[in-house]
Amino acid sequence: MKSKGDVLRVVNLGLKVDGKTVLQNVNLYIKEGETYALFGPNGSGKSSLLSAIIGNPTYRISSGRIIFKGQEVTPLPTDERIKLGMGIAFQTPPRVSGVKLIDVLRFCAKIGNRSEEEIYEFAKKLKLEDLLNRPVNQGFSGGEVKRSELLQLLLLNRDFVMFDEPDSGVDLENISLIGEIIREILQRDTEAEKRKKSGIIITHTGNILKYVDADYGVILYKGRIACVGNPEDILNEISKNGYEGCINRCLREFPNLNNLK
Amino acid sequence: MSEGISKFEQLEIEKPEVKSRLESVGIELDPSKRAASFVQVDQETATASSFLESVEVMSIKDALEKYEWLEDYYWKIVDRNQDDYTREADSKDVNGYFIRSLPGKKVDIPVEACLYLKKAKSRQKVHNIIIAEEGSELNIISGCTSHPGVTSGMHLGISEFYVKKDAKLTFTMIHSWASDVEVRPRSAAVVEENGIFISNYVLMNPVKLVQMYPTAYVEKRGTAIFSSIIVALENSVVDSGTRAILKGEGSSAEIVSRTISKGGTVIARGHIAGEAPEVKGHLECRGLMLSEEGKILAIPELEAKYPNVDLSHEAAIGKIAEEEIFYLQSRGMSKDEAIAAIIRGFLEVDIKGIPEILKKEIDRAISMVEKDLF
Ligand SMILES: Nc1ncnc2c1ncn2[C@@H]1O[C@H](COP(=O)(O)OP(=O)(O)OP(=O)(O)O)[C@@H](O)[C@H]1O
Ligand SMILES: [Mg+2]
Repeated sequence: MKSKGDVLRVVNLGLKVDGKTVLQNVNLYIKEGETYALFGPNGSGKSSLLSAIIGNPTYRISSGRIIFKGQEVTPLPTDERIKLGMGIAFQTPPRVSGVKLIDVLRFCAKIGNRSEEEIYEFAKKLKLEDLLNRPVNQGFSGGEVKRSELLQLLLLNRDFVMFDEPDSGVDLENISLIGEIIREILQRDTEAEKRKKSGIIITHTGNILKYVDADYGVILYKGRIACVGNPEDILNEISKNGYEGCINRCLREFPNLNNLK
Repeated sequence: MSEGISKFEQLEIEKPEVKSRLESVGIELDPSKRAASFVQVDQETATASSFLESVEVMSIKDALEKYEWLEDYYWKIVDRNQDDYTREADSKDVNGYFIRSLPGKKVDIPVEACLYLKKAKSRQKVHNIIIAEEGSELNIISGCTSHPGVTSGMHLGISEFYVKKDAKLTFTMIHSWASDVEVRPRSAAVVEENGIFISNYVLMNPVKLVQMYPTAYVEKRGTAIFSSIIVALENSVVDSGTRAILKGEGSSAEIVSRTISKGGTVIARGHIAGEAPEVKGHLECRGLMLSEEGKILAIPELEAKYPNVDLSHEAAIGKIAEEEIFYLQSRGMSKDEAIAAIIRGFLEVDIKGIPEILKKEIDRAISMVEKDLF
């Protein structure tokens, strides 16, 4: 079997925001077809890590490199990273005054090579038909925001997709819908060897993982990668013994974690 | 018509650059798309024809000769002694249009009226009277522009609008001047009982100065809605206000402006006075600064002369938020594309009660020039 290459390599990443260290020495290598679940307490730096990967200009990295599909993307603006194949669903996207959801979707569809019909088909599937002519995120409910992010990603059709808490604040019925969509975006129903899509899913509760099986779980703790392992084991351990408990056990079992990869 | 070449021929409408200037201010000169056409070149009438019986269109000179009663409308709500410009417009060679929809008649197709500045450095004097008779409906596109290559001149325009009982008048004025043209409209409107006056103004091209402060006097249960979309490019000064005097019980006004400065100066004024019970007024001024140069000054004023009034305003001026640009970039738009999309969204005012065709004209006027903004 041909071994797959790394889609994303985050190497020794350090990040400061407003002079405060938010990430330190973060290393993360993700192969084609792999999905990672990213855990960590509030404020541990999860969203900041995704911001750095996608190239949000407010999150300028202070050290390290981000390599995507073999190319260093650190100096590239966000739109060029999108064109190379990245995508992201934000935890709390901004309201964009005056720009309608449909206009953004048309743009996404253009990049993702999707047809006008598919826009409406997917919008229907995500129950967002009534929001198409509203400015993006303006007055959207919490659940609608999450679904609109996914709709944009479906149309963008990228190879490496990051989801920042897609399951937070989502009701029980919608979570299965969201789960189904993410599973589709990440090709989780395709045989592992044939999967092309990779991604990162940030989740606190792990609810989404009931619908989308992740290959690995990672804990980000105080801006550092503190644990890598089976996502279910990690989640169980966190709920039993807390983040510190889980990390301590991780360290006992993998004392050389920082050299693991 | 005079000997030799007519005024209409002098327009040189067959020239693409002339056609495009006319189109940019909503002037089609196509009887299948318009209920009537009026074109004035400098001081002379080039064409004045109505294609429908329910609407009259003629030059103000002809109208004053034809209808003695027009004296009751002429210089009645704009004061001829208001300032030097009204006094200058009050001259023998003044021209302008008279447009009137007959009682009870509803005209969906817009009437077009064009004031065209052909001769460089000239001072165009215009006096318009627009009457929507009782129970009628009238839509007007008034396009004002200057000949290609004519960069300087002056446009003085008096307009008096009469919206009679139960009538509805939608008036959309699109201006496209040149860098050294000075424009001083003086307008007023009376909106009678249950009448609706919707007035839209679009200015997106360079101009030396626009200075105006149209006023609507709104009677019992009447409505006045003003929307303006103004872009001030470098060296342009646009001092544009709107005033609504709510005189009748239950009358209302809404004044919305979207202004952009890309190096130029915008003064966005607004004034609503509530002088009767149960009146309602809302003023909204939003400004977007696109460059380090330039200035936007929003001056919203509310005035209550009666206890039972509901008047409010909101004003906001800012630049485009970085996080909004970034968000659109995360969907693959380049920075410039993202900025363009946000500006387009900013300029898209949802004007209530305006016919689709007028909305299209406004959108077209915007799209024809918006590329210059980015
Ligand atoms: N734009 C910013 N300005 C200032 N501080 C910031 C900014 N963004 C993040 N931070 C800080 O960086 C730290 C990490 O924040 P981040 O949003 O990455 O956490 P998180 O792990 O995603 O948390 P949560 O689970 O609550 O979403 C926090 O202390 C936060 O306050
Ligand atoms: Mg977060």
